[in-house]
Amino acid sequence: MERVGIIGVGQTKYEREKRETFGEMVYEVVKKALDDAGITIEDIDNVVTVSNDFWDGRTISCMAVADASGAYGKDTSTVEGDGAFGALYGLMRVLSGAYNNTLVVAHCKGSESYSSAITNAAFDPIYERILGIDAITSSALQAKRYMTKYLLNEEQFAKVSVKNHKNAKNNPFAQLPLDITVDDVLNSRMLSDPIKLLDASPISDGAAAIILSAERQAKEVSQNPVWIKGVGYCSDAYRIGDRDLAEPNSLRRAAKDAYKMASIENPLKEIDVAEVYDAFSYQELLWMEGLNFCRSGEGGKLIDEGVTEMGGELPVNPSGGVISAHPVLVAGLTRIIEAVLQIRGDAEKRQVPNAEIALAHGINGMCGQSHCVWLLGK
Amino acid sequence: MGNRVGIVGVGQTHHRSKRSDVNGQEIINEAVSRALAGAELTIEEIDAVVIGNMDHFEGINYVDMWSVDGSGGYMKPIMKVTTGGTTGSTVAAAGYYQAASGLFDTVLAIGWEKNSESDTSAAIATCANPILERETFAGAIGPLAAEYSMYMKKYGATEDDAHLAAVRDHNNGANNPYAHLRKRVTLDDVRNSPMLAYPIRLLDMCPRSDGACAVIYASENKARKITDTPAWVVTTTTRHDYTHFGDLDWTIMQTLEEASKAAYKKAGIKDPLHEFDVMELYLPASSCAVKWMESLGVCGRGEAPELIREGVTDMDGELPVNPSGGVICTNPIGATALIRVAEAALQIMGKADKRQVPDVEKALATGFGGCSWSDVMVLSSSKPR
Repeated sequence: MERVGIIGVGQTKYEREKRETFGEMVYEVVKKALDDAGITIEDIDNVVTVSNDFWDGRTISCMAVADASGAYGKDTSTVEGDGAFGALYGLMRVLSGAYNNTLVVAHCKGSESYSSAITNAAFDPIYERILGIDAITSSALQAKRYMTKYLLNEEQFAKVSVKNHKNAKNNPFAQLPLDITVDDVLNSRMLSDPIKLLDASPISDGAAAIILSAERQAKEVSQNPVWIKGVGYCSDAYRIGDRDLAEPNSLRRAAKDAYKMASIENPLKEIDVAEVYDAFSYQELLWMEGLNFCRSGEGGKLIDEGVTEMGGELPVNPSGGVISAHPVLVAGLTRIIEAVLQIRGDAEKRQVPNAEIALAHGINGMCGQSHCVWLLGK
Repeated sequence: MGNRVGIVGVGQTHHRSKRSDVNGQEIINEAVSRALAGAELTIEEIDAVVIGNMDHFEGINYVDMWSVDGSGGYMKPIMKVTTGGTTGSTVAAAGYYQAASGLFDTVLAIGWEKNSESDTSAAIATCANPILERETFAGAIGPLAAEYSMYMKKYGATEDDAHLAAVRDHNNGANNPYAHLRKRVTLDDVRNSPMLAYPIRLLDMCPRSDGACAVIYASENKARKITDTPAWVVTTTTRHDYTHFGDLDWTIMQTLEEASKAAYKKAGIKDPLHEFDVMELYLPASSCAVKWMESLGVCGRGEAPELIREGVTDMDGELPVNPSGGVICTNPIGATALIRVAEAALQIMGKADKRQVPDVEKALATGFGGCSWSDVMVLSSSKPR
């Protein structure tokens, strides 16, 4: 594979009820990413936007950000799904040889959306929607299945929330920097057993952008490109009843492909920092298993033993993770941006020392049906 | 640099106004199974899947996830791309780029729609800005009518010029077993059909259909092993216009002009009328079949009516356009532009049966969508340099 670098990144502060429109948020992060790369919009030859008609409440939702993304007069396309998948398509467009500097931008305003109805619409229209099932209640089923099969407990989930909200205090872009205890999480309002308010990610608004560039071009424009070492993505079965929700098999496949490409044999040892999609606290532990950082059922041990703390062997979500800011569709791209900042040594107060290989992770669909794994390095 | 890529298999459903015999996943599977059978491949030999449709027509969120039972995307890399009317050509471009990236050898690209499950015009109207434009913008017909009215005034084109193109496409469609509308019509039939929005009449306008289309792309080495006659992708280009309808220049089809110009440059095409053997164009109304020929550089400004009147674009003309019957015969929206690519590929592969144009070496396929997006794809029987 030809080497492709990430030469610029930009993100908004994530907040609930931002005043900016979709276009204004997109313009802000595109400008930031261009400035970060030290190039102008004229240097961009194609744009991949990320949007979803349900979350945006308008059809052909890509139209709403076409101007703001700077795509006028350029080749452009739109991925509907998590921003990590949008970045993947950007990568493929570069690798195809058709394009050089590729801009990928995602936006979402959760505060203008009705999450329960929107995620209910991801379920089977005849057999499942009538149950009222949505992202939270289906994830609760997954958490229960995970606890039952591998004997994890709610305290372990709560520890993830405590760790990540604490990490968020070091991230100026995070929405929920919090000093909380395990008891605070356990005593917070029940949303859907066993998921409580502080186990769940917030409703967030925000946008994020990255610029990808093929090696020859990247070296011309950037002093400090972060290289893409490996990628993988894979989808499991659609119906959650067709899956064992405690076994993230599609993540295992995606991670295997990404590790193979990056020649990584022992992920826990070789990867220095990971940004994973913890929409709910239990997910960080389950995804650790899928990413092969530990064996099946041992995700709880990682948090108990402090492996994933800032000072641990593998700091996970130094940014505070998705649980501290969850702009849907954007969050996976944010993970990539945070991984880039770690590799560059630009992560400021949330920097993991000497990070050379970073992992970023995005998900699509309910209960992590589809996963996308990125490995970035110097 | 990326891999060269060929189309090695295409499949489509028999399109109808309402396919109540199948659900969405099943209609997708119908197209996928036919594409695999045509290429003599199994789903195990597909490395990645890309799919598209327009969310608000069926009301299903995360369609790439929902579709895996029908698409064969189970335990495979799958993603969704969508851009409104151009979704099919957006999917086509994604299939090409994914195979060209070197990450995959074979990529399955799928477009589909069950328009019978939606209120098409209402679902389209929400593309407009909710504060400024949504109340006055209603569906797809009005803007196309306004566009052709301006063109008629400027160049002296007539309603009959558009009707002639409608006759061409409808009669071509009668040769296509997959087409939704397969009824032969006369000029008088079109003239006497009900007026939808002046000057566009019912037989000038596309229907809304249920259907799906699947196209299999293969990287250079793999393509030759699968078929002796791949349809090689030479290039593909996209251009779109401003977000607000009031900002558009309605007297020209600027995005199609820019997209085709860019594609011709990359493909080394200087004289599209003579260098292309066939075109499968996303013409949502017969009026576009007149005006947009100029944007494609097939003739000069104001010369398109003459082109149509002289039959240059008829089946036995110099440059047959839409042997399949085109969009005014078949329009499952998320699949519509991918069907253009599939039909163009069939022409190159020599598999278009009764609608085959003899000895096709170069073919053009286009997509059209909201915000005046235009996609262009150039296919060739010979491997690009």
